[in-house]
Amino acid sequence: MTMNTQGRPTSAGSVNENEMATISGDRGLQHEVSLIFELGRPGMTGVDLPQVQMSDKRLAGLRRKGPVGLPGLSEPEVIRHYVRLSQLNYSIDAGLYPLGSCTMKHNPRLNEKMARLPGFADVHPLAPQQTVQGAFEAVSELMKWLTTLTGMPAVAMSPKAGAHGELCGLLTIRAAIEARGEKRNRILVPSSAHGTNPATAAVAGFIVDEVPATEDGHVDADALEAKLGSDVAAIMLTNPNTCGLFEPRIKEMADAVHAAGAYFYCDGANFNAIAGRVRPGDLGVDAMHINLHKTFSTPHGGGGPGAGPVVLSAALAPFAPLPLLVHDGNEFRMIEHADEATDGAKPFGRMCAFHGQMGMFSRALTYMMSHGADGIRQASEDAVLSANYILASLKDVMSAPFGEGPCMHEALFDDSFLEGTGVTTLDFAKAMIDEGYHPMTMYFPLVVHGAMLIEPTESESKESLDRFIYVLRTMALEAKAGQTARFEGAPRLAPRRRLDETAAARKPVLRWKPKALPQAAE
Amino acid sequence: MRYLPLTPDDRAQMLAKIGAPNIDALFRDVPKSAVVARSVFDLPDTQGELTVERALSKMAAKSKAAGSLPFFCGAGAYRHHVPSAVDHLIQRSEFLTSYTPYQPEIAQGTLQYLFEFQTQVALLTGMEVANASLYDGSTATAEGVLMAQRITRRPKAILSGGLHPHYAETVETVAGLSGTVTRAPVTPGKAEDIIALIDDQTACVVVQSPDVFGLIRNLKPIADAAHAKGALLIAVVTEIVSLGLIEPPGAQGADIVAAEGQSLGVGLNFGGPYVGLFATREKYLRNMPGRLCGETTDAAGKRGYVLTLSTREQHIRREKATSNICTNSGLCCLAFTIHLSLLGEEGFSRLARANHARASALADRLADVKGVSLATESFFNEFTLKLSKPAASVVDALAEKGILAGVPASRLLPHDKDVRDLLIVAATETNTDEDCDAFVHALAEVL
Repeated sequence: MTMNTQGRPTSAGSVNENEMATISGDRGLQHEVSLIFELGRPGMTGVDLPQVQMSDKRLAGLRRKGPVGLPGLSEPEVIRHYVRLSQLNYSIDAGLYPLGSCTMKHNPRLNEKMARLPGFADVHPLAPQQTVQGAFEAVSELMKWLTTLTGMPAVAMSPKAGAHGELCGLLTIRAAIEARGEKRNRILVPSSAHGTNPATAAVAGFIVDEVPATEDGHVDADALEAKLGSDVAAIMLTNPNTCGLFEPRIKEMADAVHAAGAYFYCDGANFNAIAGRVRPGDLGVDAMHINLHKTFSTPHGGGGPGAGPVVLSAALAPFAPLPLLVHDGNEFRMIEHADEATDGAKPFGRMCAFHGQMGMFSRALTYMMSHGADGIRQASEDAVLSANYILASLKDVMSAPFGEGPCMHEALFDDSFLEGTGVTTLDFAKAMIDEGYHPMTMYFPLVVHGAMLIEPTESESKESLDRFIYVLRTMALEAKAGQTARFEGAPRLAPRRRLDETAAARKPVLRWKPKALPQAAE
Repeated sequence: MRYLPLTPDDRAQMLAKIGAPNIDALFRDVPKSAVVARSVFDLPDTQGELTVERALSKMAAKSKAAGSLPFFCGAGAYRHHVPSAVDHLIQRSEFLTSYTPYQPEIAQGTLQYLFEFQTQVALLTGMEVANASLYDGSTATAEGVLMAQRITRRPKAILSGGLHPHYAETVETVAGLSGTVTRAPVTPGKAEDIIALIDDQTACVVVQSPDVFGLIRNLKPIADAAHAKGALLIAVVTEIVSLGLIEPPGAQGADIVAAEGQSLGVGLNFGGPYVGLFATREKYLRNMPGRLCGETTDAAGKRGYVLTLSTREQHIRREKATSNICTNSGLCCLAFTIHLSLLGEEGFSRLARANHARASALADRLADVKGVSLATESFFNEFTLKLSKPAASVVDALAEKGILAGVPASRLLPHDKDVRDLLIVAATETNTDEDCDAFVHALAEVL
């Protein structure tokens, strides 16, 4: 079997077991679902709209010449199609979702209801500002919660996701350095960092310089300090880090960075471990994005939309991007152009067309108001407690590369406990699917071989954690005892067996095409 | 706290299993001086649903919702009717509360709708391939410019004066780092001579159609001129419904299409989340940013879908990735896809025609008002009026009368004196005859 450098198999293998074939091809509640393009009839529609007469005279001679090629379906057909598709997905509502670094916590439905209030959802980003004061107030409230919880004086709200927040943070740092009349082009990034960190530094025009990890899973603070110099713009550090550990020398590193004239960017992906208990501002952080879709429970939605507001220190706050929300004592006002900025603000530019992810802001604000500061603190403590409970309950049968703990909100294992069993991290993870669980994060962080990163979050009951631990313990013991049948070719019970990713990449098929394309009229 | 299942007894048992005397012991690596007490935070405690709902409803009521009055704002965000089925379906737990489909065996639902979404975007834009979405139209445009710089290995991006100014500023923020960005002059209601600006250092020309003033641009001559100089044409579409009626950019020679998909399924949301559509030619596939979903088979030979070509992406390539983007706009893609599936060919065409007819009739009536002239000869569902007074003051006066009349061009271009009297007006299928009557009469009163 082919494998990559982390020991991850890259081919799907094959199966030739006799499953009970059904006549329909469906299996109980699992339906085979055609593509929407393979359904429908010409002329059918699921939306009743009038046939309107119109003239072409104002279309500049550019009226569409041919059909788009969309299928026609009625409403019940469309609903059935997407309901059946939904039934092929795992979700946090249906089960524990232990993806390390992703914080798959419960998504309260009140958040959904509040986000749909017309005063937040049905308002236009360029409506007259006096008509959208309620929406501004919600944004302002959220800003207050974010700055208070992080102990930072300012926050830029427009970044649309974590990586967008990273870019915003680095561009703010770039602007601050330029305002000092300096030029610094190097960013220090630990080897354990999320891939977005080096990618963002490159997009922001910096050279990435990797800082190694120590054997105990921390950033090598001595190596970091040795790399500091007059050309270093910033460090990008995740804390708690991607090994699930708090960086004990964080303040020392922050001081060294500041002494060298550089800034401290913190990747806030793991804020859920410390929110309500530790303020990043007290650790010397200059900029940190907050993934509202992780810590503050806006739904992941199958991969977005997210939101990545960036809290900023006093040194960086003046350079925050447009637009800026201010309150003039009477009402809220959105500053949309650099020369309207007051109080010495020198915004570096604009991250996106409007003011950020309002739909995520209202959800996150609802979450925060529901929890309160005490609830947020309790949530962090429960997240850390649950991860440590898993670590303590599994470390004798699985292998924890960084010893006895404690960890923060995620428990990291490597694949050394599988050595000699023939079972890989991937096999182990895929076998979890057959047990009704979404796998943990695999093969990340890169500093550990065959990594398995488990983040239970605060949303699981003890019964749920105990059951999960029982299943993983049993799996680990079976693998070590040579009972590897359940790992071979797993999953067996999911809507699909392992999928051939190599073939997908070798000859990409990225869209449906009609069987026989009509000849284009040249 | 209703969202936290652990009881004090559970916590005590778990600490005992861990062998920690208390919760603080688990935070031992945190410097003592950095741990703060509850009292440090000037924030309220846990609140029940009713209390939170009451407070937020009161707050939201301070905004005038678009649906509560005659509403004609556009300029990059459009109000359309979203069928009820869309919001119902996207709130299904399996869609709403699932992660990025990294485990395809249990994420075929997400993967298949992304595949359908990619197909729909390619069909609409007339391009060969599309990705699984970016954040929004503006960031998609910026990513398009970076992609063109990579493909051509040239630094210069030329932006049409008709490109939404917020989009232009977003492009300048990122593409200004890796090259130069030149903005052509703003010529409301007319096409600027952008061809004259193209030279052998030009990576791309970025042209929006319909442009920010609503004008429909003929892209073909610009595409031809760009290609003759080895540059790419990036076509920007902020109103995707226009492609139900107008020739798609792919048929006009565009190399990259960056579009805003908010009009279908998503709603206004005060600016976000929206959904960035991104499509290109097959030959540029490996230079694309963002996630891609591809068809494959599983070990039993059944058709299935996976995220693919991830060797372009940050989690594999790190600083050598084509983009730093990790998230896409998943749930908004789903809303877009369901809305478009409900419409189908017939419904989409009807929707586009209804929009154009509504806007066209409104433009004629408004242009008859004394002190008003129509500045855009061709348009889809949005046009620009030249008024006898500064448009910002007219918009404020009409807002007083309970009409949101559109976006004054000066809000987007405050330094351009020539646009001071221009009002950008959008009309969609959501506007009634009564809305239009009210607008026409009120405008006559305030001018």
